[in-house]
Amino acid sequence: MVKLNVNGVDRTFDGDPNMPLLWYLRDVLHLTGTKFGCGVALCGACTVHQNGEAIRSCITPVSAAAGSKIQTIEDIGANGLHPVQEAWIEVNVPQCGYCQSGQIMQAIALLKGKPHPTNQDIDDGMAGNICRCGTYQRIRAAIKLAAGKSA
Amino acid sequence: MSQIQNVSRRGFLKGVVGAGALVLGTRYVPAILAAEPAQDGSTEADHAPFHPNVFVGIETDGTVHIVAHRSEMGTVVRTSLPLVVADELDADWKRVKIDQAIGDRRYGDQNTDGSHSIRSFFDTMRECGASALWMLVQAAAQQWNVPASECSTEPHTVVHAKSGRKLGYGELATAAAKLDVPKKDQLQLKKAAEWRYIGKGETSYDLRNLCTGKAIYGMDAHLDDMIYASIEHPPVFGGKVKSYDDQETLKVAGVQKTLFIDPFKPPPAFQPLGGVAVLADNTWAAFQGRKKLKITWDNGANGSYDSVEYKKELQDTARKSAKVIRSVGDANSALASASASNTFEAEYYVPLLAHAPMEPMVALAEFKDGKVTAWAPTQNPQAAQAIISSELGIPVQDVICHVTLLGGGFGRKSKPDYVAEAAVLSKKVGRPVKVVWTREDDIKFDYYNAVAGMYFKAAVDAKGKPTAWLQRSVFPPITSIFDVSSVYGDPAHLAQGWTDMPYDLPNISIENGPAKAHVRIGWLRSVANIYHGFGVQSFTDELAHRAQRDPLEFLLDLIGPPRTLNFTNVEYPNYGADYKTYPWETGRLRHVTELVAEKSGWAKKKSVKGHGFGVAAHRSFLTYVATVVEVEVDDQGEIRIPRVDTALDAGLVVNPEITRAQFEGAAVFGTSIVRSGEITAKNGVIEQSNFNDYPVARINEAPQQTNVYIVDSAAPPAGVGEPGVPPFVAAFCNAIYAATGKRVRNLPLSSSGLFG
Repeated sequence: MVKLNVNGVDRTFDGDPNMPLLWYLRDVLHLTGTKFGCGVALCGACTVHQNGEAIRSCITPVSAAAGSKIQTIEDIGANGLHPVQEAWIEVNVPQCGYCQSGQIMQAIALLKGKPHPTNQDIDDGMAGNICRCGTYQRIRAAIKLAAGKSA
Repeated sequence: MSQIQNVSRRGFLKGVVGAGALVLGTRYVPAILAAEPAQDGSTEADHAPFHPNVFVGIETDGTVHIVAHRSEMGTVVRTSLPLVVADELDADWKRVKIDQAIGDRRYGDQNTDGSHSIRSFFDTMRECGASALWMLVQAAAQQWNVPASECSTEPHTVVHAKSGRKLGYGELATAAAKLDVPKKDQLQLKKAAEWRYIGKGETSYDLRNLCTGKAIYGMDAHLDDMIYASIEHPPVFGGKVKSYDDQETLKVAGVQKTLFIDPFKPPPAFQPLGGVAVLADNTWAAFQGRKKLKITWDNGANGSYDSVEYKKELQDTARKSAKVIRSVGDANSALASASASNTFEAEYYVPLLAHAPMEPMVALAEFKDGKVTAWAPTQNPQAAQAIISSELGIPVQDVICHVTLLGGGFGRKSKPDYVAEAAVLSKKVGRPVKVVWTREDDIKFDYYNAVAGMYFKAAVDAKGKPTAWLQRSVFPPITSIFDVSSVYGDPAHLAQGWTDMPYDLPNISIENGPAKAHVRIGWLRSVANIYHGFGVQSFTDELAHRAQRDPLEFLLDLIGPPRTLNFTNVEYPNYGADYKTYPWETGRLRHVTELVAEKSGWAKKKSVKGHGFGVAAHRSFLTYVATVVEVEVDDQGEIRIPRVDTALDAGLVVNPEITRAQFEGAAVFGTSIVRSGEITAKNGVIEQSNFNDYPVARINEAPQQTNVYIVDSAAPPAGVGEPGVPPFVAAFCNAIYAATGKRVRNLPLSSSGLFG
């Protein structure tokens, strides 16, 4: 049995502890904002926060989340939009939108470590998150906008 | 009553309107519907020339429902087409609710591909809005006992200025519902100057949901009693299961059972590929169970397919004279009589390409009481109905296909094989089934953009300008999925940047040779324009450099003076559009080329070692585009793209900001094609599997800044989703040459050997 906290709610999971956190979130808790894109941590669509750090939930077994606080996209804007979400909307970032939960979770983590990121910081911080529609230019602009908002 | 009802008893996707609402059965059918062949199971009424279509509903509280019948995969068409309705209806956009249509022939074509949603439905949407408005105005005029001609509107309100009276649309809904739908000639469409939304645009109706994790994609479809399925497909196209052993699979916790799926009967079209499905309590258990399957395969005739050998065959074929598609003058004689020093030839190659949308193929379907209800991220819900109907042997009207948001499509999700899989399995297991493809499934079992070999030869005059031009392409055609004997390019795909090579030259021969398909070939964003545009625009650049002329000036010289291309006696489908309405005008291609020259500062930017500029111009999907790409290449061969400038003439543009985003995205899509896009096969098995060996552009590899310039035009609207890709691909490669002296003739860079 694995105990963890998801979006502020204490949970226990008595299924296979090797199940990736992604599928626990999606198939068991029905938190579908976190997406499946590759299954092997190559695309970042599944990015969530574990104790505030961005992780790839598709390769993180539920057992590795034991005792930790997991936060997903659903909780980020639960009490009003996060500045990063506001910036995403203002810059009109998404096209299909499928990768954007992961992009936003990654961007929030990036800004936590680098409140005023350079282009290079953004490239380094976001290179693990693929957007096939090609919204990178707007992602970069939105991260800078969000950085300005929180300054 | 609405033609569309909330058929989802579990309320997964809402239908259109509640009771008591005005629902307008407009009598306007898109012209393309008339040309569409009859589908099995449709009624006579479906084929009536003016069968009602339902796009608008107005509630008594003033809520305006507008049906989006095209699929949303990021082009924001789900917003932009309803926006056209709202404009002519003079509705307040904030009071509009968009309802996603199920697959239903009464909407006309729903296959959201070919960059034609706006083009094909702009007039229809305007007429739907205008007819609704006409009825609201009539209702108000009757109520006030004044001539309708004295009434005007402001958003969501009919106004009688003389008496200062006003009535909201909600207040008029019940009365308007009793009136006859107007005839087309009674409608008064707005003048362009009166448009509130068309040409100004709106952001996506779904924008907030897309940023908060609330948007529902096919991957998120859910029914409480559903079971998850993952399918092991035959590794070789056309292969079959000889035998399989599922003992270890059934020991995996959560796995319920395995099921055999029949192989397709040629031609493959949109049929499931066949294989063995593992059904489980959750997605992960299904994936795990699949790994334990022991299957013996019969690989069939494609088991010897090898991309390296195939490339040689394509290139050999491209060197031999072939079927002439279009000719001007006598290119072969002119080439034969030219001196060797004045002739020049080059070969280009583009490999198979996979779509790799971020959301892998996925679908949920329930077979119950002889009927199927499906929820799928599909570009083509009517094709999903048709294939489910034929796979299960039930009437097409007994298949309901809900369309979720799509996590990308790029043409892959026009082919509903994966939706049919869910329906087939649901019938077998007696429960709703959600089929989830892995990324590996997506890469290995795609409908790939065709691999193409091209051969070019030109004879040039003293200024380096061609006096004769020969171009020959060879590629396995998309038509091979519908007719396995098909080996030549079909007119529609040859028309994509090949038949219509626009240069003003005295001798031209445009040819096409045969190639057999060994995988499923399909449409991918820009389709045949990808390789055709790359070939034509690369060869042009080569000739310019050979003549030591400025590539952009040389390109304009070849395009020649403004004129309309003449395709008399040539089969030129023109993307399905009427040629009188959408002629091929070289002046518009010139104009975007001159515009991008000006905006990019081309004249002042000289390429030097390690820093180069490239240009290309191409018309596709009726839109004229010219692109300038700037590249930096360091000593290690690392390539950066600091800036892209792209100018486009797409006629009237409904949603400019969204259009800019499409061209920004096209540059990234093109970057992936040039840098690393390549699918290969060995012994018939696709060698790539995921984003490690089929890499797509990441933020650090994509253009840093793409500037998009939209020509202000009142010409009929054309496509914007796809046309940005072809000129970018060629301009990028031309820029690499300008920076390095290395000519990219074989895509992608990663296997070209040019940069280590």
